[in-house]
Amino acid sequence: MNHFELFDIKPDYALDLADLQQRYRKLQQAMHPDRFANASSRDKLLAVQRTSQLNDAYHTLREPLSRAEYMLTLRGVDMQHEQKTLQDPEFLMAQMEWRERVEELSPGDFAAIDTAFRDLEGETKLLQDKLEQQLAADANEEAADTIRKLKFMHKLGRELEALEDQ
Amino acid sequence: MAYSEKVIDHYENPRNVGAFDKNDPSIATGMVGAPACGDVMKLQLKISDTGIIEDAKFKTYGCGSAIASSSLVTEWVKGKTVEEASQLKNTQIAEELALPPVKIHCSILAEDAIKAALEDYKTRHAG
Repeated sequence: MNHFELFDIKPDYALDLADLQQRYRKLQQAMHPDRFANASSRDKLLAVQRTSQLNDAYHTLREPLSRAEYMLTLRGVDMQHEQKTLQDPEFLMAQMEWRERVEELSPGDFAAIDTAFRDLEGETKLLQDKLEQQLAADANEEAADTIRKLKFMHKLGRELEALEDQ
Repeated sequence: MAYSEKVIDHYENPRNVGAFDKNDPSIATGMVGAPACGDVMKLQLKISDTGIIEDAKFKTYGCGSAIASSSLVTEWVKGKTVEEASQLKNTQIAEELALPPVKIHCSILAEDAIKAALEDYKTRHAG
């Protein structure tokens, strides 16, 4: 049973997060190991395994990036252990400029950090929209490429968060 | 995870950091990125008319191993021919810097950066 089947939802990139959370809670209650307190040790073990599987499925589907990557895995495109480098000069040049911008931000300048966050969100949204179309059209290789780019955006987000926490 | 002494040395005193004018015809530029960790690397080579790499510069945003890998390759390729530089393997970088398995991709990134720069050189000199 794959993660989408576990929650009994369509394997779409665009999913209703509130609905997913509700389904997760229901399943979580049904599977909770405490309910198996008087069961055989084999059933107890199974309950623990199912719960961990459920948590794994929920966390994978909740995040857009891991959800998309998981969808590609189901379609036979495994990105998990790839060490491939990205060679898109235009995108990488923009990444360099982003990194330089982040480097020049001072930790106390919340207004500038905030603007950077919003710009980053805007660019990320564009890539996510593109990813949604590519996944819907079964353009798996193109989708994989967009996921790779989104990983760079994710990294930038973490760099900005680190600045904010300083 | 402990970095090797060589990684720390290159990380603390990176060689050849900077950039050349990318519009200069003797400059070849390679840009690569590693999606797994979000590292970005720009590597530039100054190549003579006779195909000798006279100088190299890099700018890397990434972890210590990525910076050390790019710093090391800029030192290595200087004085080499384009042909010799294209033989460079990531395993040599990983071995020299004693990179642990989880950081092997940093050496792959540096090898790919050299290859991308040499590819840029070939495209420019194809005509």
